[in-house]
Amino acid sequence: MPDLGRERPAPVDSAADRWVPARIEDAALVSGTGAFLDDLDPLPGTLVAAVVRSTQPHARLVSVDLGRARAHPGVAAVIGPDEVRAAVRPFPLSTATPMPYLPTAVDKVRYVGEPIAVVVATDRYTAEDAAELVTVDYEPLAAVVAPRPALAPDAPLLHEDAGSNVGTDRTFTFGPVEEAFAAAAHVVEQDYDFPRYSSVPMECYSVIAQWRDTGDGPTVEAWANFHGPFTMVPVMAGALGLPTSRVRLHVPADIGGSFGIKAGIYPYVVLMALASKHAGTPVRWTEDRIEHLLASSTGADRAMHCAAAVDASGTVTALTVDLVDNVGAYLRPPEPSTLYRCFGNITGPYRIGAVGIRARAVVTNTMPTGLNRGFGGQQLYFGLERLMDAVAAATGLDPVEVRRRNLVDRFPYETPSGGVYDSGDYAAALDLALKNADLDELRARQEAARADGVHYGIGVALVVDPSGTNIGYVGLATPAEQRRPGRDKSGSTEHVRIAVDMQGQVTVMLGSVPQGQGHATVARSVAARRLGLAEEQVRVVVDMDTATTPWTVTSGSYSSRFAPLVTSAVVEAADRIAATVRAAGGVLLDLPAEELELADGTVRHRSDPERAVPFRHATGVVHWDPGALPEGVPARLYEEAAFTPRQARAATRDDRINSSLCYGLVAEVVAVRIDPDTLEITVDRVSSVHDSGTVLNQTLLEGQVHGALTHALGGAMYEEFTYADSGQPTAGTFLDYLCPTSAETGGAFADLRTDHVVNPSPVTPLGAKGCGEGSSMSFPAAFANAVADALAPHGITLTRLPVHGEVLHRLFGTTSTKETH
Amino acid sequence: MKAAPFAYVRPAGVDDVLAELADGTGKVLAGGQSLVPVLAMRLGRPATLVDITAVRELQDLRAHPDRLRIGAAVRQRTVERAAQARAVPLLGLALPFVGHRELRSRGTACGSLAHADPAAELPAVACCLGATIEVAGPQGRRAVGAREFFRGAMTTAAGPEEVVVAAEFPAAGPGEGFGFGEIARRHGDFALAGVATAVRVGRDGALADARLAGFGISDRPVFRDVTALLREAGSPVEADALREATTVLADEMVDTGGDAHGSTGYRRRLFAVLAARELATALRRATPQE
Repeated sequence: MPDLGRERPAPVDSAADRWVPARIEDAALVSGTGAFLDDLDPLPGTLVAAVVRSTQPHARLVSVDLGRARAHPGVAAVIGPDEVRAAVRPFPLSTATPMPYLPTAVDKVRYVGEPIAVVVATDRYTAEDAAELVTVDYEPLAAVVAPRPALAPDAPLLHEDAGSNVGTDRTFTFGPVEEAFAAAAHVVEQDYDFPRYSSVPMECYSVIAQWRDTGDGPTVEAWANFHGPFTMVPVMAGALGLPTSRVRLHVPADIGGSFGIKAGIYPYVVLMALASKHAGTPVRWTEDRIEHLLASSTGADRAMHCAAAVDASGTVTALTVDLVDNVGAYLRPPEPSTLYRCFGNITGPYRIGAVGIRARAVVTNTMPTGLNRGFGGQQLYFGLERLMDAVAAATGLDPVEVRRRNLVDRFPYETPSGGVYDSGDYAAALDLALKNADLDELRARQEAARADGVHYGIGVALVVDPSGTNIGYVGLATPAEQRRPGRDKSGSTEHVRIAVDMQGQVTVMLGSVPQGQGHATVARSVAARRLGLAEEQVRVVVDMDTATTPWTVTSGSYSSRFAPLVTSAVVEAADRIAATVRAAGGVLLDLPAEELELADGTVRHRSDPERAVPFRHATGVVHWDPGALPEGVPARLYEEAAFTPRQARAATRDDRINSSLCYGLVAEVVAVRIDPDTLEITVDRVSSVHDSGTVLNQTLLEGQVHGALTHALGGAMYEEFTYADSGQPTAGTFLDYLCPTSAETGGAFADLRTDHVVNPSPVTPLGAKGCGEGSSMSFPAAFANAVADALAPHGITLTRLPVHGEVLHRLFGTTSTKETH
Repeated sequence: MKAAPFAYVRPAGVDDVLAELADGTGKVLAGGQSLVPVLAMRLGRPATLVDITAVRELQDLRAHPDRLRIGAAVRQRTVERAAQARAVPLLGLALPFVGHRELRSRGTACGSLAHADPAAELPAVACCLGATIEVAGPQGRRAVGAREFFRGAMTTAAGPEEVVVAAEFPAAGPGEGFGFGEIARRHGDFALAGVATAVRVGRDGALADARLAGFGISDRPVFRDVTALLREAGSPVEADALREATTVLADEMVDTGGDAHGSTGYRRRLFAVLAARELATALRRATPQE
């Protein structure tokens, strides 16, 4: 019988029926309504730039003729080396090495893709047409592209004034290194090479810049998808010869991803500001993918030699690492920081009492390097964790057992190089990773596979995951005696502003410049919890404007700063607001503020919650009736907090530094299967256990783990910026620079088992540590260890990445079918 | 990455297409999946792009009793999904390997043939099956056998004033079985090495003939009649038993210089493995089941 008049039953409350985004950022991103840099059009009359780039890896610029380009219809301005030299000072570098860096080449070109000139025209097509008319006369020079050859005495010199290609060379010894090696039962050493790869953001670099000559001097206003570190803002201003306060930089909420790569955009902000000055209009430039893959930024490749002194029981008593980073054609800040980011945790999760470090950065005729997710960690741990497997082989111990014997087991733990590991339970993380991996079952699979002639390997990696960089490590590139007293650097400060409006709605303003991590979602939840509010009552603003957003030199989105630092500042600002609101609530309830709490959207008595007033009524007192507030309570509902951890201090005179605030852990187990015929590698299982302290948002943490694994899979198996010996790049398009897609990750991570142990940090108010980078450092090493384990029966050693079929084919060293049966 | 200036025309008939191409400075645009990036990087600068997708005749996909005719404007995805295309099983095996679905929804089957990338799938399928490629030009129309059509990397028998109008693939007959395989760095990439195989057996189950075409291994797809190879190996259906023979075959057929993703030697290894696997597969499919 039809019952048309009755209400339909309520829909079943299941995940299939209603999608609840994990993040407040997601709806815009998945519906195509995000506003990225290239979507913005803030200044009427903006013209469009194209960049003329070097086709030569290394050449003297004999002449650059801009005349025909300037005469092309639709062109407003063309600038080249002369204009740059006249107006721009070399960017301040992290070291005193005479390797001047400007936004364009001026005397020589030093890598393919280096900017030479900028054409400003009505549109990008016209600009590119005119760019073809710029005539560059090159006098070619010999090129060098790899770190070891760049060290050779007869290597082509990129910067003649420096006298060598070495941009920085420092040696450090902490603890009795020589004695340990002299007394060692085993000395295990090996050369390792880590490749150069990037993060390939969805939106490439993009800048809008306007130079204006005002009555009291020039100003620059720019929009860029830059995410910090904001140390680069004074660097930009310095190059332009302007006070920092006269350079206003906007960064939209959506920047199209980065993972560090867009920190390298700042020279283009300077270049487009200069182009605007010459064009007399605002100028916009959006990097295309070809430009991006040639000349934006990448992680540094590293050649290293690692050695361990090991006693008879398998305990590593000393470690030495000789690191040579290839930073590309210039020491572009923040390089040479790839060498130093992991300085305090250079001994990894191991209780190694003595460490010797030689840290060199060399310049070569390749794209300049910079931040890349895991910054410095993927390079370091590839060497360290491959070395631990070599220690296992030398001592006859199982790779898991040799690690277990060396684990740091009490906290806080101070490393010989100055790091202070704040909390952890490394053995528990390792045990959980092994249990989740079902190691016994993997070993049975390995046995069965080998019986069938299939190569099968199991690899482990343990990495200390640093977060909340102490920028003081930059100082280590300069010898202590040259570091000027009173000019020390340290710190990890983050600023946050929270305000409550007349309706009791809370706005949290961050200077964290997210790259898509979901900062707004987490900051909203932290602030709402501190203020006893529903999350809907809190809004988070992440658009950056250096004229109005609270910020400082350390601001920005890098080194997994958000969870340990930004949320700490949110807590502090929210707690100050809460104190004012409690006092105001006390006025309405006629109760002392100390007896009140904020909960359920109210101010209420702690033990008698019926005595309550709505949060918005209490905040209304502050706005509308401030005269009623008790003596000493500020009539102010905005608070700025700066979280400055005391543990981030400048480097000591003996060069020790606590290079990060927090240290998490990743324990990872990877199993791989290798087809004996095609040599294709299949990841069979991944078990990844993370300790990021207090978990602020489980879903977002999982997302970071998955993303870092995907990034690492790229570096381990697919992506590499390669160069011919001539200096010409050979991975300049997505035909050759191969990012893993969902097809690859779906295969590699079909059996992914992630888990967490929680050891809250004692140095952050919430106990949270960073979590954005972990597996990007551990997976390359664990994967390499697994492949090496698979190949071990064939006497093949693995000392470099990436590894794929072609690499294995060369390692097997023959085209015959002998080994494949 | 903005193209240099060009003119764009979209004629409605083949004669108009030919008129636009007559001076040799035009370039045919169909799906654009290879041509547009070339234009954007200014590696090609045709004066005129002649878009053929509005030509009704070229939109035709038709199964004849003995062959499948694919017009030059028919998208790869259309072929992949069309019931008529099941007459040529090898196309169904190969098309999922052509780029990604998004690319196939724009790219055309004949465009892939006319582009003649040495690592592309469809030219190898055409060679393996002995497809015919119909070309129209100032002198009229001519049919070129696939094995004569490909002249080198990105080079075909069609001249700059000509246009491919259709390709005809022979329909599978009784006793025929097919195999297709490729290895690429990633799903959707051009193959490091790949093979298309076709094997025919008689009613008695005895091998009649076997053919294959390799791709990604030379400057064009390479065709071989491998009837003798398969027969001498005893017509096994296990790939391992063919490896010795296909290794010799690979040494002879694979002559590409290779690159960072796959050296000549690695491509030989891969081709030997794939040829053995896919010949065995094709034979198994051709052999009547008990």
